[in-house]
Amino acid sequence: MSATETTIAEKMAIIHSPKRPNIDDIIAAVFDDFIELHGDRLYGEDPAMCCGLAYLHGTPVTIIGQRKGKTTEENITANFAMPHPEGYRKALRLAHQAEKFRRPIICFVDTPGAFCGIGAEERGQGEAIARNLYEFMGLRTPVISIVTGEGGSGGALAIAVANEVYMLQNAMYSVISPRGCASILWKDASRELEAAEALHCTALDLYRFGMIEGIIREHNIFKNIRAVLLEAVNRLSAMSGEELRNQRYEKFRKIGVFNENI
Amino acid sequence: MLLDLFKKTRDSSMQIREKGNQNPDVVKFTCKKCGAELDAKTYGKNLYVCPKCGSHGRLLARTRIKQIADKDSFRELNGELSTADPLGFEGYPEKIAALRAKTGMNDAVVTGVCTIGGVRTCLGVMDSHFMMASMGSVVGERLARLFEYAAEAHLPVVLFTCSGGARMQEGMFSLLQMAKVSGAAARHSEAGELYITVLTDPTTGGVTASFAMLGDIILAEPNATVGFAGRRVIEGTIGEKLPEDFQSAEFILEHGFCDKIIPRSRMKQTLVQLLKLHGYSEKGR
Repeated sequence: MSATETTIAEKMAIIHSPKRPNIDDIIAAVFDDFIELHGDRLYGEDPAMCCGLAYLHGTPVTIIGQRKGKTTEENITANFAMPHPEGYRKALRLAHQAEKFRRPIICFVDTPGAFCGIGAEERGQGEAIARNLYEFMGLRTPVISIVTGEGGSGGALAIAVANEVYMLQNAMYSVISPRGCASILWKDASRELEAAEALHCTALDLYRFGMIEGIIREHNIFKNIRAVLLEAVNRLSAMSGEELRNQRYEKFRKIGVFNENI
Repeated sequence: MLLDLFKKTRDSSMQIREKGNQNPDVVKFTCKKCGAELDAKTYGKNLYVCPKCGSHGRLLARTRIKQIADKDSFRELNGELSTADPLGFEGYPEKIAALRAKTGMNDAVVTGVCTIGGVRTCLGVMDSHFMMASMGSVVGERLARLFEYAAEAHLPVVLFTCSGGARMQEGMFSLLQMAKVSGAAARHSEAGELYITVLTDPTTGGVTASFAMLGDIILAEPNATVGFAGRRVIEGTIGEKLPEDFQSAEFILEHGFCDKIIPRSRMKQTLVQLLKLHGYSEKGR
């Protein structure tokens, strides 16, 4: 891996490139018979969050993920993959539906973060994310999340409380955007590469921290995603609802670094 | 640890600027909101609420605990946990050491068991004077353990929240505390126990987007800032100034995200009333 490992700067260029496969590309290549489903049944439809049903090698699954556009126009429609509360509530509605029909849930994370705006605050962006963390933790069905590009803070985590979490080789998953970190710490957003290094937010970092189950290589990207998903779905489908909830809780419960004695 | 905290005599809220502190009895404060000049004693007696304009000052955790817990009833849990530096983040250990010395706390939340109006309760209080009460591993671990302890002991949890959000110096370790604490809150809820959050100034970011919004009952102090995104971030996104009351306790009440705004003078009695309405009493539940 180290021989082909890309630098932080290269990773950032790769995941922000319009050529980067988005959720539509992944669905088309990895799943069959996808049907998109819309609306949170409470307020509206959020095109930044793509949800629907499909087959994974003959097994019905629920798919949830942020949608990045390939063109400016597509990006404006999808709000540059920054969901509003209704996007997270749509995801939760379909997660509960998946649980009812005991379908595995497969999430694709690719967002700069949850949207920061007036409507998002008025409709409870914080509550929407909080509710997802709380409810996803208790789901009695397998949940698998793959960070494919940018994993931007709480807006990413809201669909990443999963039994197994994977990252594509060049993906990044961070508590704050490197730009935001640089502007807060050094009052200089242009030092984002330095901040990205300091935040330790690459796939390899998270794997070493024990936060993700594996790194998916990007040579033959779709084939690799499919292989990882098939294996994970098989493994998790053998577990009971209770076992799945407990395993998910324990996975997150053990995360944290602190000293026990002063 | 906490006993040491209580030994400190100066109970000031640091939101209020001190004017000449030669003699603690005559320390003067200026209310940041209305500019009123207040002496420390009057201000403290008024629970650090400005008697002129009603502005609620930010409290040290130990001051809050004194206001809410019955006298001498608070016993701290997990106070021995202390902050590590998982990423080797430049300047972080020095910052923590300086804050420990300055505040007498070793991280941004104090958790423990106490009685409130005689009712045994698990109490957690965040303190904005410690790195703006940002959530790192210690905050997450203390809160998760508090919920687990409360579920086991069949006790309610009351949390006073305030926070600037996740602690970026701990990177992904801090982000994932949001999931950890939310999961622990869910387990406490499944055990049938009550969880009350009290949103205090300022509750924002990853804390709003996790356990602050998950109480069975969500109270707020008047005029507290409560929101997800930072005000300046939103103003930067939309390119205009936001109205004064945007992201206030009153704003989130109007939009349906909190149950009630309670002034500090009635906070304890309201908590006791709610605890008792859920069947908790001096003799347990």
